[in-house]
Amino acid sequence: MSGPPDLTEAFERSGLIDVSYVVEDSPVGRLLLAATGDGLVCLHYVDQDGDLELSLEQLAARLSPRVLLAPRRLDAPRRELDEFFGGSRRDFDLPLDYSLVKPGFTRRVLEQTARIPFGETVSYKGIAGRAGNDRAFRAAGTALGSNPLPIVVPCHRVLHAGGGLGGYTGGLDIKRKLLTIEGVLPEQLAGRG
Amino acid sequence: MVLPPFQTLLDSYSHDVHRFLVANVGATDADDCYQETWIAALRGYPKLQHATNLRGWLLTIASRKAIDVHRARGRGPVAVAELPEEGVVVARENADDLWTAVAALPTKQRAAVALRFLLDAEYPTVAATMGISEAAARRNVHEGLKRLREEHGHEWTA
Repeated sequence: MSGPPDLTEAFERSGLIDVSYVVEDSPVGRLLLAATGDGLVCLHYVDQDGDLELSLEQLAARLSPRVLLAPRRLDAPRRELDEFFGGSRRDFDLPLDYSLVKPGFTRRVLEQTARIPFGETVSYKGIAGRAGNDRAFRAAGTALGSNPLPIVVPCHRVLHAGGGLGGYTGGLDIKRKLLTIEGVLPEQLAGRG
Repeated sequence: MVLPPFQTLLDSYSHDVHRFLVANVGATDADDCYQETWIAALRGYPKLQHATNLRGWLLTIASRKAIDVHRARGRGPVAVAELPEEGVVVARENADDLWTAVAALPTKQRAAVALRFLLDAEYPTVAATMGISEAAARRNVHEGLKRLREEHGHEWTA
C-alpha cells in the first residue's frame, strides 16, 4: 500500500489557507516565516526544540487554526531574505501584516522602526520620540521586544544611547551578526561574546 | 476553544485517513477521495466546536467521501478489478490483498471493519464515526467478519 499523496499544491490552490508558513535555515539560525493574505505576519527564530510548535500554536490561537505549510506562498520573503543575507539587498519590499502587533504605541514604534535605513541606528529614546513620546523609551524597548517581524522590521537597528547593544528577542549574538552584516559593527567583533 | 494548527492534524493523521480510504474505495479512487477529505476538513475546521476527537472527525469526513464514491459508481462490490487473477483465496497471504477483500464488503460492513481493525478504533468510536448506534456498529463488524471468513477464509475475531 503506497503512502498518502502530497496535498501541498491542492491546499495552495484551494484558497482556504489563512496562515501559510515555511521553515528556512539562515545565517542567523532557523526561521519560521508565516503570511496571511495581507502579507508577512511573523518571522520567528525557532532554533530551540519546541519553538516551532509553540509559534504555530500561537498563530492558530491568535489568527486562525487554518495554519498550513505552504512554501510557495512565502516565495517573495524567502527570496528577499536570501538577497539580504547575500549582500545584494538593503531594503525589504514586502507587504506586512501587523495583526500580531498591539495597536497604539507599540505599533507606532514598529512602524517607525521599519523606516530606519540599512546601516543606520537609532536610540531607544529616539525611536520612542519618533513614535510620539520620547520619555517612553522603556515602553519602546518592550514594544521592540514584542516585534513579530524581526530583520524585516529592523529592531536590531535600535541601540542604547551610550552605544550598548540593548536587548534582542533572538539573542544578542544575532543582533551583533545583523549589525555586522550592515557594517555598523566591525567584522572582527562579530564572533566575540 | 483553541484548535491546534491544521498542519498538526495532517502530520498526525494523514496515514490513518489514507489507509482507511484505500480499504474503503480501493487504491485507484483513494487518492482523489483523500484530497477531497482534507480540503473539506480544512474548509470546516474553524467552525469545529471540540478538539477532543480530531481523528474521529477526519474519519467521519472520509467515510462520507467514500460513500459519495460508492454512490457515483452505483451499487456493487468494489475493487474487483484489482483482485489478483488467482482469486482471493491466495489473497490472505498478503495484508494488502486482505484489504482488497475488505473493500469488496457492503458499504457499512466495510467501513465498520476498516475502522475497527485497520485503525484500531473502539466500538463507541466506530459508532460515532459512522453515525450509527454502538449495537449497529458491533453487528456490522460481526457480519463483515463472518462474510470474510465464509467467502475468503480470513480468520478474525471481533
